[in-house]
Amino acid sequence: MLEIPVIRWGKPYESFDQQEVVHFETGEPLAKVHQANAGLVKMDMRKAQRARDLLREIPVSKLLEICKKAAELYMTAELPLGNGTQTPEEFCRIQSASTGMPEWMCAGNMKKVAFVLEHMDEILDSLTRGLPLDMLTKGYGKEERGVMMSYQANSPVLGLVLPSNSPGVHTLWMPILPMQIGLVLKPGSSEPWTPYRMTEAFCQAGIPRECISVYPGPHDVGSTVTELCQRVMLFGGQATIDKYKGNPNVQAHGPGFSKILLGDDVVDRWEDYLDLMVDSIFQNGGRSCINASGVWASRHTEAIADAIAKRIGPAGPTSMTDPEAPLAAFTMTGAAQSMNGSIEAGLSEPGVTEVTAQYRDGDRLIELERCDYLRPTIVHCKNTDATLANTEYMFPMASVVQCEQKDMLKKIGSTLVCTAITEDEKWSQQLLDATHIDRLNIGPIKTNALNWLQPHEGNIVEFLFRARAFQNETPAAH
Amino acid sequence: MTDNSNLDELVKQNQEALDAHTLESVKWHFSPETGSPYWLEKAKSLDFNPLTDVKCFNDLNKFPLFEDDELRGGPVDRWIPKALLGKPTYVFETGGTTGIPKSRVVIDDFRIDYENFSETLPDESFPKGSNWLMLGPSGPRRLRLAVEHMAQYRGGISFCVDLDPRWVVKLIKKGKIDEVKEYSAHVIDQAMAILGAGHEIKCMFTTPKLLEALAMRLMDEGSSIEEAGIKGIFCGGTEFTQQWYRFAREELLGENVYITPTYGNTLMGLACGRPFDPADDYKITYYAPQPRAVIRVVDFDDHTKVVGYNETGRVKLFTMTKELFIPGFLERDEGEREVPHLKYPWDGVSGVRPFHEIAQSTTVGVY
Repeated sequence: MLEIPVIRWGKPYESFDQQEVVHFETGEPLAKVHQANAGLVKMDMRKAQRARDLLREIPVSKLLEICKKAAELYMTAELPLGNGTQTPEEFCRIQSASTGMPEWMCAGNMKKVAFVLEHMDEILDSLTRGLPLDMLTKGYGKEERGVMMSYQANSPVLGLVLPSNSPGVHTLWMPILPMQIGLVLKPGSSEPWTPYRMTEAFCQAGIPRECISVYPGPHDVGSTVTELCQRVMLFGGQATIDKYKGNPNVQAHGPGFSKILLGDDVVDRWEDYLDLMVDSIFQNGGRSCINASGVWASRHTEAIADAIAKRIGPAGPTSMTDPEAPLAAFTMTGAAQSMNGSIEAGLSEPGVTEVTAQYRDGDRLIELERCDYLRPTIVHCKNTDATLANTEYMFPMASVVQCEQKDMLKKIGSTLVCTAITEDEKWSQQLLDATHIDRLNIGPIKTNALNWLQPHEGNIVEFLFRARAFQNETPAAH
Repeated sequence: MTDNSNLDELVKQNQEALDAHTLESVKWHFSPETGSPYWLEKAKSLDFNPLTDVKCFNDLNKFPLFEDDELRGGPVDRWIPKALLGKPTYVFETGGTTGIPKSRVVIDDFRIDYENFSETLPDESFPKGSNWLMLGPSGPRRLRLAVEHMAQYRGGISFCVDLDPRWVVKLIKKGKIDEVKEYSAHVIDQAMAILGAGHEIKCMFTTPKLLEALAMRLMDEGSSIEEAGIKGIFCGGTEFTQQWYRFAREELLGENVYITPTYGNTLMGLACGRPFDPADDYKITYYAPQPRAVIRVVDFDDHTKVVGYNETGRVKLFTMTKELFIPGFLERDEGEREVPHLKYPWDGVSGVRPFHEIAQSTTVGVY
């Protein structure tokens, strides 16, 4: 069987503690993943600075070339993995088998990762606002306009506590190595595949192996990574987000509560945007924080809900190898039942109606022997205070909420991606000023259509580097 | 290579000794002249007569399982056998992060347990007459008393640094991780001060987490546990796993510092680890201090049935001292049943870990 060791600054480490990753449908063991203990992480983090020191010996321009090469290897090569090897096709198969995500979606996520790596030069240029990148190496330098700038790394490494069920998030850590910051990866228990494959691709492309550690392990390994790395990106539910709120060392990613707002000036033409609404809710299995979980409008909401429901309501699970499989499975025992229970409770509130049921042959919840599915669900909410008016679940589920345009910004709450379809300039300005919206699209843009040149939930450069004053000559008298 | 030719005979002798000890204990705890109010009262509700119906160790299965909730609240002297009334008595507590802790009254058991344990320690790693550092939870657990007594028994003096696990659990539950780190640093600061003060400390009791923190602090300051003068450590808790054992020996301590795992609690005293043997691949096997305490690995669905060797089951504990009688208590741990060892010719348990059905809700290793 495939055995995957812990990676300690590039060196494989075989642990006495191992955990099997199993096929979500059959229970067949797919691999044995060696488990780190928290002490290993503590021991290794004492040498974290070396990762940055080694990366700083490589010019950023060279690291950008390495990213392109890594993308190619990630997409095409048969790469070593533990005691075996893995082709790209095998990668998609095994990722699907452990996470319940259809293979075509796994392949799509691979492409996203590769795209980000191939365009890393543009992405860093954009995220640094055109900063000469050697300034990150040296710590200071002058801009073209002659102004002294200084950037100081907040941490020699970025710790990542990665999720088990959302392979799409891996794009977020691709820009770290080219900024000469080392990686400390704690993979999710069902998704060790991307961290290991990416590590191998980076290293074969030219990143020194000593710059990356991969620590699969129990919960306390994640806690230790979070505790010891001075900058951490982690993923979790709302409770995790709340726990780290206000902690400047941690960028916590969780539910997005992304929404589409139809302005009063366009809402009578809502049918023009039906495809956009359907795709925003339904693509990628509706699993992502950038999938829309709400559509808000002041009128026609029942018709909008019905039209979306008619399109996505009939969808149900098919085979993982189906190139059009629309739904991912829930592989964690009880997760789908719990979500279904919450939805049913929400539906019992006044003014809340499920619209999809009439287009679905059977129940929302499909319980199988080793996994479950939740079928697409569209809910109509007559008022904004209904519980389901602002929820997010990891399947194609959205609420169409009736709300006056003037009240929307007060009522939508924290929103990761907001697509506001409007040409109303006054409202557009209010949307621009709304600090509870992270990514704002004004115009007919799908919530899940990301421009990688834009920051996502905070600028990663600002998270990793501190802009500070630096002088090496006396300033002009004043 | 161990000579096991005599093992079967030793196992037989120890089983006979255990049966005899069981009869003696039952007689002590259920006789009106010597027994405790708790057990004399309890006997009235049993459908058998312990004094006549218990004839061997296996007959303890006639008792219903002991529920440790019985240990909560007072009066604690209901546990004191009549024959021991009036002797200086301690109370050892466990649990109690929220609610009423479980209490065990102790008179001499902790001394006897730790003197017995002391006999299992190799003198070259725990030199007689050397001083000790007790770095771990004390307070209501009173572990300090036991370690301090052992240090004295071995001719040394114990220096103590306390840690309050109940406070740590509260901080963790509130998500105050920075305060946990500060508190841990505060504890390690005190240990560093003692180790650096010329007290010639060579032996130590601590927990895996605190040992990690201390070893790394010493490394950060260019030293090590060995350079600080420590030769032998005994260390307990379910966090002392096979993998952690290896990590401790290979990376934290080096080959010149001896570390031995122990498994214990307020009810049992201290189970010893099988002596280190490279052939064991760091597997940790514990043996209870029979006949005063007995560990059996039992079927998850039938606690009266012992599982086969190398099979997995729940840890069931029996305690039979003059001070305490526990005729079968299901620990919150599971593990594999292990064959007897020449040094400990009775059943052992390896791979001890939180019982899988309650592992999710258990906070382990806070200190």
